[in-house]
Amino acid sequence: MENRFVVSSSPHIRDSVNTRRIMLDVIIALLPASVAGIYFFGLRALAVILVTVSSCIISEYLARKAMKRNCTIGDLSAVVTGLLLALNLPPTIPFWIAAIGGVVAIVVVKQMFGGLGQNFMNPALAARVVLLVAYTEQMTNWVNPRGVDAISTATPLEVLKSSLVETAVDAAGSATPAAEVALQAAEMPTYLQLFLGQVGGCIGETSALALLLGALYLLARRVIGLQIPLTFIGTTALFTWIFGGSTPFTGDFLYHILAGGLILGAFYMATDYATCPVTNKGRIIMGIGCGILTGIIRLYTNYPEGVSFAIIFMNVVVPLIDRFLVPKSFGGGKKVA
Amino acid sequence: MFKRFFKGGVAVPHEKNTANCETIKMDVPKKVIIPMLQHIGAPCKPCVAKGDVVKVGQVIGDSDEFISAPVHSSVSGTVTSVEPLLYPGGVFVNSVVIETDGKQEIFEKIAPPRISNTKDFIKAIRESGLVGLGGAGFPAHVKLSVPPGKKIDTLIINAAECEPYITSDYREIIENSWNVIGGINTVMEFLNIEKVIIGIEDNKPEAIHEMTKVADTSDRISVMKLKSRYPQGAEKMLIYATTGRKVPPGKLPADVGVIVMNVNSVSFVAEYAKTGMPLIKKRVTIDGGAVNKPCNVEVPIGTSLKDVFDFCGGFKETPKKVLMGGPMMGIAQFSLETSVVKHTNALLAFTEEESNLPPEGSCIRCGRCVRACPMNLLPLKLSKSSLRENIEELNKYHVNDCIECGSCSYVCPSKIHLVQSIRLGKAQIRAAMKGGK
Repeated sequence: MENRFVVSSSPHIRDSVNTRRIMLDVIIALLPASVAGIYFFGLRALAVILVTVSSCIISEYLARKAMKRNCTIGDLSAVVTGLLLALNLPPTIPFWIAAIGGVVAIVVVKQMFGGLGQNFMNPALAARVVLLVAYTEQMTNWVNPRGVDAISTATPLEVLKSSLVETAVDAAGSATPAAEVALQAAEMPTYLQLFLGQVGGCIGETSALALLLGALYLLARRVIGLQIPLTFIGTTALFTWIFGGSTPFTGDFLYHILAGGLILGAFYMATDYATCPVTNKGRIIMGIGCGILTGIIRLYTNYPEGVSFAIIFMNVVVPLIDRFLVPKSFGGGKKVA
Repeated sequence: MFKRFFKGGVAVPHEKNTANCETIKMDVPKKVIIPMLQHIGAPCKPCVAKGDVVKVGQVIGDSDEFISAPVHSSVSGTVTSVEPLLYPGGVFVNSVVIETDGKQEIFEKIAPPRISNTKDFIKAIRESGLVGLGGAGFPAHVKLSVPPGKKIDTLIINAAECEPYITSDYREIIENSWNVIGGINTVMEFLNIEKVIIGIEDNKPEAIHEMTKVADTSDRISVMKLKSRYPQGAEKMLIYATTGRKVPPGKLPADVGVIVMNVNSVSFVAEYAKTGMPLIKKRVTIDGGAVNKPCNVEVPIGTSLKDVFDFCGGFKETPKKVLMGGPMMGIAQFSLETSVVKHTNALLAFTEEESNLPPEGSCIRCGRCVRACPMNLLPLKLSKSSLRENIEELNKYHVNDCIECGSCSYVCPSKIHLVQSIRLGKAQIRAAMKGGK
């Protein structure tokens, strides 16, 4: 034979989109939220981001090396994890705790289960929850953003929760409800503050505006679909509207959408490929499940915020969803042979 | 804008570089190699032997099996050998090698077929050696033999040509639109079909224009503009887009009252009815970065790939990969010694750069393959089950419904060879069935 040809199975052409490009898109989408975090919480927020990102990259490199596997830091997934982790931490977090978070995310949650695509929980969220349990005090040490000089340094959801408890106490007994309400009004941030991000909270969760900008980019690039974010946010809103007020259907659902980590979680964390179902139907179930759990945790537990726990819980359910949701082939339902 | 459209699919580059290349007729080569298997089904038995003199259009192989189609000589000359030779599919197939005499004498018995009823028509189609020219090569007479009790009301002409590069169907419409209509009328008449829809992707406005012009002669024939999206030309997708009917898994188009024919096939029916000359030549699109002159060329069946490429001006640079068919479903060739067969619609010679596929990464479960699959399957699951040789799971995820269109592999951001492992899975199922479980 005069020359040897490459012989391979069809197709013989490939789309230009690759994993690295997708990860890069996520990083680009997270930039507005990161910049907003740095603007509101200062350079310390930037430092936290740098610490978690480097911690994740170094952990990934070392873990792969220790397992004698090929180096995968080039796919940028470790950068995404690091960035997401930072955005889920309070700006005051000690650097060493942030660094531990990166190690937990990459080594324990991701690489020990087989690396990219194999982890059963979102690495950044799992790490956040580990830190929350292990270092509760440092993980809930909030500061006020630039331009706010209230004395209280609680997150909007904490304010909401305590105010609800107080209202309940008031209703049950003592006097001066009017004065009490006035105090709450002073402490509760306005919708505009919530939308812009001028409130206490994690570095990247406060500015709905910045998060939505990035989400628009991800949707336009078709990196994510609307199935999970819409159902997640919609269900949380519905749940808090029905059960969040003193009487049914009076809950302040807009507050619940804008405060806390819902937008960050719904667009950036619950949509994590490895830990969400692969079918559209499955993704809708995932979104609804996340929404209900978030509502339950926010309203009926001691935690003011439930997005992380809700997503992680649903992450664990994903294999089940995928197993039971096998779509019918085009043309109708053939019996399983 | 479009009435209906199948779910999924991918946007592939069109690369219709040869759309304006009028078909050039190729000279008769010195030698042709005609395989006895140029269709899906039973291979033919050669009915000539070494030393026999054959003429153009003479039967050189036939079979008693129903799913089969006779093979004819495309040249006049002398049979030099009958032996198993490399086939485009990568296996060895009994082939008749004929040294041509250059005279191209036509076989005496060639005459327009006498057709007066459906039975004659089916018989004539069988004798013509026609197979599906869209690329699959399914014997046409089998497709046109409507099982008793089934009523066909619609004939769909497949002119979608969704594969990149290929313009063979397009050129047929531009050059022979009246033949297409003639063939349609013949099939309509003898199969008693009420309605014909010609489906063409909207990236071929001239073909739509031309076909609409000639289709105006009949109010039973209409042209439908289809969305340009791969795999629009896949039979089930095309039927859905044109009629809204869904062919259930494991069923045939006839089960929903439809027959689909490629535009070249139906045009050939008209040609055959006129002349009686069986299927001995094929228009082939020549393209790819390694060829000097992309073109459309009419090739005698059995011509070696090397002769075809040489005729078309040879190679710009040494090709690294040679495909028979399009880049999505075409078959990579081992050698240029294989020959053009009935259902060859393109020969692509790729440069080293075009041939290089990116390395495989790990699945990130992004679900792009799920959304791209026109058959609504879960390619990532199928691929995994196949690599684990898990027969039960392969069945659970409907491995046999895969049409191997390649959309999943195309979109995979981790560049995983999904179709390849799914094919492997199908083979595992076949093996398990054979083994009596």
